[in-house]
Amino acid sequence: MRSSLALSLCLLLPFLVTAILLAGGLFRRQPNASPGPGFFRRNGPAVSIYLVIAVSAWVFLTIVFPQIAMIDLSFHPNLPPKKIGGPEDVFTLENYRYFVFGPVSSTGSLNTLHLGAYAATITASVAVTALNFILCYPIAFYMAQSALPRALRRLIILLILPYWINEVLRVFAVRLLLSDAGIVNRMLLATGLVGTPVDFIGNNVGLYWGLSYTCILTMVFTLYNALESLDKSQIEAARDLGAPWWHVHMFIVMPYAKPGIASGCALTFMSCVGSIAAPLVLGGPRTLWFTPVIYDRFYQALNWPLGAAYAVILLVSCTVFVLLSLRILGLKLGQIAR
Amino acid sequence: MPDNIGATAKSGVVELSDLEVRYGDFQALQRTNLKIESGEFFSFLGPSGCGKTTLLRTISGFQSPTLGQVKIGGIDMRAAGPNMRPTALIFQNLALFPLMTVAENIGYGLRVRGVPRRDRDVTVSRLLDIVSLLGHGAKKIQELSGGQKQRVAIARALAVEPSVLLLDEPLSALDLKLRQYMRAELRAIQRRIGITFIYITHDQAEALAMSDRVAVMNAGRIEQVGSPRSIYSAPETPFVASFVGENNIIRGRIKRFDGTEATISTALGDFTGRAAGNLHCDQPAAYFVRPEALTPYQPSHETCFAGEIVEILYEGNSSQVTLRMPDGEKLIARSVTSMTASPMLGERLRVGCNRADGIVMAIEGSHP
Repeated sequence: MRSSLALSLCLLLPFLVTAILLAGGLFRRQPNASPGPGFFRRNGPAVSIYLVIAVSAWVFLTIVFPQIAMIDLSFHPNLPPKKIGGPEDVFTLENYRYFVFGPVSSTGSLNTLHLGAYAATITASVAVTALNFILCYPIAFYMAQSALPRALRRLIILLILPYWINEVLRVFAVRLLLSDAGIVNRMLLATGLVGTPVDFIGNNVGLYWGLSYTCILTMVFTLYNALESLDKSQIEAARDLGAPWWHVHMFIVMPYAKPGIASGCALTFMSCVGSIAAPLVLGGPRTLWFTPVIYDRFYQALNWPLGAAYAVILLVSCTVFVLLSLRILGLKLGQIAR
Repeated sequence: MPDNIGATAKSGVVELSDLEVRYGDFQALQRTNLKIESGEFFSFLGPSGCGKTTLLRTISGFQSPTLGQVKIGGIDMRAAGPNMRPTALIFQNLALFPLMTVAENIGYGLRVRGVPRRDRDVTVSRLLDIVSLLGHGAKKIQELSGGQKQRVAIARALAVEPSVLLLDEPLSALDLKLRQYMRAELRAIQRRIGITFIYITHDQAEALAMSDRVAVMNAGRIEQVGSPRSIYSAPETPFVASFVGENNIIRGRIKRFDGTEATISTALGDFTGRAAGNLHCDQPAAYFVRPEALTPYQPSHETCFAGEIVEILYEGNSSQVTLRMPDGEKLIARSVTSMTASPMLGERLRVGCNRADGIVMAIEGSHP
């Protein structure tokens, strides 16, 4: 019964929203309501209605409703299908309690395994984001300010090309490269730099490598976009006034690109925290990334409400983390969408 | 800094020796030798693409020369980057830092040099005073008017106590009134501070009004260097004659040349004027006469032109009259309003000048 209501809501809401926006459009057409022509007059009725339906379908069907369903699910007990909607299907916080304290039967006072995985994921993602920024900033700066058009085109193709390959394949390739018998270890052994193979996978080198690699495009292109509009004469003026290169970057270029940097870091952090292929394939035996934990709640433990609760925890905490970081940097959400 | 004029002025000599800049096959700057004296207001005047910006960027260190060297204060600048040179550049778009306040902009060069905040503040407020912006220090750049931004850029450049200030058409974005005001202002600041100013412009009025000396550039080459007066009254090349100010050009061939004066024979008759350079008989040449030199004909005039009035532009203090000559070419005369009767379209008018007002110069086939 609950699901049928949700389904009908899902199907009806885009039309509802269209109607509301249409009404809004009509309202704005009234004299003195707005200085320019309204949305509908500007774009014509066909395009306007398409835009409204497409965007609201996109927002509601793919983002809002699934998340609402997920949040709703996370506050319910794990029940067999027959009992859903029955008297035992009550509102509960037990899934969230499980994340902090573990199962009722456990002897430990805290769910250290999952809390640890969560903390490790956040920390490692911050580290990967920082690493990615350090790696990508020079590339993006070169692309935006120094590269000649020919070199720029070539560089962009080189950057994009690897992304035509499926992410899982790319991640496995990194694993092949870094495994005990992989090319890197064979080369190290052959040159005599090491006596025994280096355990790149166990030390999480592979994981960081893979995660950085996955997120590099997001970072490079966001930074490139931000740096490209910087007027070259700003840099030259600083140089002319005697600034060494590091000073120009610290006090002229980076402050200018701050919204872009924040946006790139937020995107990288989010996709890093949420990535699943790299941690599954490249995570060392002692590493427990949080996304595989969620995945296991759904498909190993078959406890969907618990998985939903974990997913909500990750989503909410990451959003809060990113918003807080923006706040500290003195940026508004609108600025990073420039 | 205004306080130690002597110390900085000594090193403001700029010497360019055998300087050449090439971009691939394109010769942006042809071999140039020039010495700019310390404390001089020196302008490079030329149309866009003549190489003047390249020259400025070479002096400031943003462009490295293909050949030759730049010496500032007697020191070869080959190894010095733009941040190590005793020059400061004022950019065409000013390039003020939009995220900093006026005071932070002016103090940037000092901050880079590690000057403590307290000393920095003292210098900044003194500079704000020099450019008449006291009390604007805490403002954002966007809050300033065009002329104020201009002065912030000047103050920012002066803060690092350069021996040479380079200005890349800094007034081109301003409206006419402000431009004229800033011209006088720039000249006054230069006199007060006494450092070398090197000014790039395509606006001849600016160059002539402000400079001690002007170099007229064309196609990567300096055509003539001299005082504004000599550039205007004694152009040495056809380009200078036609680019600086207006000139009527009448083409023909040399008939007579005696070392100082030459006579040219044209479709309108023979004209005699001062000879520019060495000429020889039957050489393609042109007679140049400025519109303001042509006045209503009087018997004392040594040269006379007669034509039909085809256009009259009333300009308040003068009028510009265009005459169609018998050969169909146009001749422009100015300041003919002093005539008793004002000229009418379609009338015939006789204007004249003296020998000393005309210049006879050799031209190549394609030249103006």
